[in-house]
Amino acid sequence: MTTIAELPPGFADKVLSAQSTFRSVMDAMARPGSVQRIIPMAGTAGPMMRGTAAIALTLFDHDTPIWLDPRISDSSDVLKWIKFHTGAPVVQDPSIAAFALISDGVLLPTLERFALGTNEYPDRSTTVIIQVESLEAGRSFDLRGPGIDDVATLQASIRPFDLFDRLRLNETLFPRGIDVVLVADDFVVAIPRTTRVVSKES
Amino acid sequence: MNAPAYNFAYLDEQTKRMIRRAILKAIAIPGYQVPFASREMPMPYGWGTGGVQVTAAILGPQDVLKVIDQGSDDTTNAISIRKFFARTAGVATTTATDEATVIQTRHRIPETALHENQVLVYQVPIPEPLRFLEPRETETRRMHALAEYGLMHVKLYEDIARFGHIATAYAYPVKVNARYVMDPSPTPKFDNPKMDNCPALQLFGAGREKRIYAIPPYTQVVSLDFEDHPFEPYRFNAPCALCAAENSYLDEIVTDDKGGRMFVCSDTDYCESRQAAGHHGSQSAAPYKEKAQGGSHD
Ligand SMILES: [Zn+2]
Repeated sequence: MTTIAELPPGFADKVLSAQSTFRSVMDAMARPGSVQRIIPMAGTAGPMMRGTAAIALTLFDHDTPIWLDPRISDSSDVLKWIKFHTGAPVVQDPSIAAFALISDGVLLPTLERFALGTNEYPDRSTTVIIQVESLEAGRSFDLRGPGIDDVATLQASIRPFDLFDRLRLNETLFPRGIDVVLVADDFVVAIPRTTRVVSKES
Repeated sequence: MNAPAYNFAYLDEQTKRMIRRAILKAIAIPGYQVPFASREMPMPYGWGTGGVQVTAAILGPQDVLKVIDQGSDDTTNAISIRKFFARTAGVATTTATDEATVIQTRHRIPETALHENQVLVYQVPIPEPLRFLEPRETETRRMHALAEYGLMHVKLYEDIARFGHIATAYAYPVKVNARYVMDPSPTPKFDNPKMDNCPALQLFGAGREKRIYAIPPYTQVVSLDFEDHPFEPYRFNAPCALCAAENSYLDEIVTDDKGGRMFVCSDTDYCESRQAAGHHGSQSAAPYKEKAQGGSHD
């Protein structure tokens, strides 16, 4: 059993670390495919990466139900860490989650199981945070859409391998849809629902 | 020294988290108005509490803040917002557009082209472009959901029938990313083309109406119009009397009680930079010169 005193710590400076982390995530969301760095560091629990922990501390609270993949939710350290540092309720039903934490993309459920928003309130959707192997090397993906000056090329090693194929549901659902945040260690890339893959190298 | 009684940038962390989540959704759904739980700010609603809350949620100690009201950095409103953030967040402030990382505005988009490392925050009084056509929130939500914007075109067409042209000069509706019709706050329509494909992120905050919306960088923004009555950004047909600019947005200034008047750039930073670079208009000797040399206005 881990006691509270043994829990990995949150941010050393809550206010400024949250601001800095938010700006990295905001820049990532505003410029899809661009790789942003999360500078402030916090302790991590279980399979959580450093970037994931910082995003959780920045955006999660008692107003944001969180869905965890089976590997993360098996970790009592993660559950305690989230509860102690953010107060966010962990839910079993992904369709009511404000955020989903996916420690490993192979555990990503069918995207339709998450909240997709409604046509009147498309913002009431799940933001899916997926930990990936690399956002610097791997297959290259050409992206287009709002936030991108013509084409952005992302080189990444991502699971599930067909993530961008799955995200094509955003094309038919818009303005409903799923926004994705990819994390590799302290790097972050966002793929909002408006981003389209125009080509990818196999 | 006493510890400050308020949090960094005034807002408490829970409120910032809520606003930050709304900003992320707003960026992901360009032009869609995200509801948020607006907080009381230590200034009246007319002073841009929506913009102030957005700025407070994004601002960090590394930022350089510029605040404009109309095109001026020196109105009471602009000065008090700038001082508010200098005091509560300790940020550096500037009047120079190209030095700012965050620019809060009530009406104008600066004449100097914005760049990628900037965020433009608009203070919005009435965010719903369909509100004056349809007072019911449930109805306007439904119209946005279905992209049913015929009423808006009817309103613009009525202008043409009555005035021979589209008379709407401020808050002229735009369509963002070919989907949502959006109200660009009370900006003059002269500025609408600057929103299109802009390298900077544009965020809009409406405090009283509790809405946040966004235009991501490099996003298509089209002013609504008709094939036979295309959109035209209006400008007084004169050069600036102080800096001779031919393509800036002008304010008409009454110069005496005998009906004398002159046209000068509404963007004071732009006008003063041009004068400093040696551009002179027909009236550039006037009292303005003193102000331009006065240094810091704070
Ligand atoms: Zn001028």
